[in-house]
Amino acid sequence: MSAPAILPGELDRGAERAILHRQLERTWATPAGFWGALTTVDHKTIGLRYIVTAFGFLALGGVLALAMRWQLARPESRVLSADLYNQAFTVHGANMMFLFAVPVMEAMAVYLVPLMIGTRNIAFPRLNAFSYWIYLFGGILLWAAFALQIGPDVGWFAYVPLSGPQYSSGKRADIWAQMITFTEIAALAIAVEIVVTVFKQRAPGMSLDRIPLFVWGALVTSFLVMLAMPAIMIASTSLILDRLVGTHFFNPTEGGDVLLWQHLFWFFGHPEVYIIFLPATGMVSSMLPTFARRPVFGYLPLVLSIVAIGILSFGLWVHHMFTTGLPRLGESFFTASSMAIAVPAGVQIFCWLATLWDGRPVWRTPLLFIAAFIVTFVLGGLTGVMVASVPLDLQVHDTYFVVAHFHYVLIGGAVFPLLGAIYYWYPKMTGRMLSERLGRWVVGLIFVGFHLTFFPMHFLGLQGMPRRVYTYQPEMGWGAANLFVSLSSILLAAGFALFFLDVIRSARRGPVAGDNPWDASTLEWATTSPPPPYNFARIPVVTSANPLWSEREALPVVTGLRVDRREIVISSVSDATPQARESSPRDSIWPLVTAVAASVMLIASIFTPWAVVWGAIPVAAALIGWFWPKGLPEDEA
Amino acid sequence: MRERVAIDLAHLPLHGRSTASPTWWGTLAFMLLEGSGFALAIAVYLYLLSNAPEWPIGAPAPDLGPGIALTALLLASLVPNHLVARWAAKDDIRRTRIGLLVMCALGVAPCILRIFEFRALNVSWDDNAYGSILWLLLGLHTTHLLTDLGDTIVLTALMFTRHGRNRRRFGDVEDNAVYWDFVVLAWLPIFACIYGVPRL
Repeated sequence: MSAPAILPGELDRGAERAILHRQLERTWATPAGFWGALTTVDHKTIGLRYIVTAFGFLALGGVLALAMRWQLARPESRVLSADLYNQAFTVHGANMMFLFAVPVMEAMAVYLVPLMIGTRNIAFPRLNAFSYWIYLFGGILLWAAFALQIGPDVGWFAYVPLSGPQYSSGKRADIWAQMITFTEIAALAIAVEIVVTVFKQRAPGMSLDRIPLFVWGALVTSFLVMLAMPAIMIASTSLILDRLVGTHFFNPTEGGDVLLWQHLFWFFGHPEVYIIFLPATGMVSSMLPTFARRPVFGYLPLVLSIVAIGILSFGLWVHHMFTTGLPRLGESFFTASSMAIAVPAGVQIFCWLATLWDGRPVWRTPLLFIAAFIVTFVLGGLTGVMVASVPLDLQVHDTYFVVAHFHYVLIGGAVFPLLGAIYYWYPKMTGRMLSERLGRWVVGLIFVGFHLTFFPMHFLGLQGMPRRVYTYQPEMGWGAANLFVSLSSILLAAGFALFFLDVIRSARRGPVAGDNPWDASTLEWATTSPPPPYNFARIPVVTSANPLWSEREALPVVTGLRVDRREIVISSVSDATPQARESSPRDSIWPLVTAVAASVMLIASIFTPWAVVWGAIPVAAALIGWFWPKGLPEDEA
Repeated sequence: MRERVAIDLAHLPLHGRSTASPTWWGTLAFMLLEGSGFALAIAVYLYLLSNAPEWPIGAPAPDLGPGIALTALLLASLVPNHLVARWAAKDDIRRTRIGLLVMCALGVAPCILRIFEFRALNVSWDDNAYGSILWLLLGLHTTHLLTDLGDTIVLTALMFTRHGRNRRRFGDVEDNAVYWDFVVLAWLPIFACIYGVPRL
């Protein structure tokens, strides 16, 4: 049945529900087909695409990890050559940090934040589309280089002088540095979108103390991205300049300094850990009340912890540099701040435990992942407090102890909550449930496989096994533990394989979910699963921090918006009072064109500095196409 | 789930200006992240300085002429910049167009002076780390000058078309003025580093 004609300026007031849906569908839907796929600016499509791509990179990085474990299973093994092993650990680390962990967290925010705060699309939706394309091209750059045997081989933090012009000829280090540029542009774009979405597009009534905790996590993370990521862009640009046009930023013989690299890298690199971890804690705080069947305990301390962790994360970077001989007093400061950050992290854990304690826990898969997270993260946090101490760090620096520690905090602290979040929000994203039975196997295999793989690495580290060695001699006595670790990693990989199987299978065959299968309290569950292109036929009005629990009779909503253009509600920053009915941009091919032009410029500039000059012309032309008004109803004001 | 209509927003404007505009906040966010980039570049300058036995390294301090002229020009440009913003806020198309033309000229002039400024540095980027950071600082700011100039030229052209008489576009002019303020103000600490610090 075709929708009735939409009059210019028509409002959503009088229409019957079914007609309203069809009118909004016509205004908001992306046309089906190839062209629609290239031009869409729907945050759900882009978010989902981002998530799937990031998990694709996770799988690729996982294969590299297995290859490395195969090589290390026995002493003096010949599975991977030294050169290939160097590329493998570099690409594994860079891929997991820059192409999986950060993007997947931002992607979850791209998908969920607009739904959780009750709006119809993310702020700057075309920038969002651009972000995805530039991220994808950056990922292809890294993996294509690896496939061609010119993958970076200087470690994921690419320390100079190893990565400098003297010790890394060829283009391997440049590919690492420019991949950074791609992913940072993508991340910065999303950070700006999230901040503006959370500040200005919250549903009427969603004051600061009613914002879902995942959204708080995404907001603080976005500020971290905006303040920390320019450091790595300055660093990687300086590195490319040193390598391409002979600047001397990192050349000590001409007044440069190699430690400058470490300062710049870790000024970004440490907040980076929290850029990954804060959204994960937000996921836990948002999922937990659903399964504890009560509102979260300590909303305010949880928000303050997120903010405190965000601020403290900028005072930790030197603890990565304790072995570089910096002044003792300075190191003590960083020891203190590294231990101080355990306080807000601990507050969060106590709030979660209190929520569970006072609730009636329903032990479904997402909650099992949360439990796995709490146990694992506490262990990783404890070794974190250990390596924050300078004397201990001096002993275990660059050993498998550190490898164990950061896998505990990154996989335990971020990937476990993420997998729980996939089990939790998959029904919203696809309209179908994942298998509870397989889910329990996934949690079990991944949890047990993880600990069997990584716990023994603590001992290997204490026994002196350095990280990033492609092999070791039998007389070192590390053979048995390494074989055990390698065999255990198969268990871990089996858990992930089962997870992917469940995700693919359930997309078609999973039980139909319905709008709110978990009886959760936040706004994303007020709409259909999957949500329509306009998210909400009528924007909700928020009266409490758990709107779907406090308004069980009927959800209060807004009327008076236009249906002939993509219209959203703009509200004030602190108390979310409606200020304007703003338009949201239509689909466009220009973000893709801009991303292609920018990619050509960035990749060419690895080879010649002039690429920045001639490459800027198509980028500028594409941007003009992007921003030039098309005379649509969305341009009206 | 079931719904009940609680409020009617039909009375709200079709576009928010200033703090009610997402673009305004987006501009602010970009200023924050670019400002963070400038701050870090200055931190690199000070770090290299703190390590160096002499500063500037192996070169006389930059000549002051072009730098001072450019700074004076940028500061002077703030006056017409604010006038354009005010006219745009009043939806005055005629004055906004004239003001934007002036701002285009005031965007081109610093770019020309900037060429002389690079020559006045008295050091090349590949001489030593001091030269490298000087060129990086100046290059970073020049990128901002050029992008804002490009932005202003396109916006000026736009305001002369049929799309110009639109509150949304006047809002763009206001946001562009805010960004130019940022480009000018971000220059001052860089100016102090490049020209002031070597003379201390």
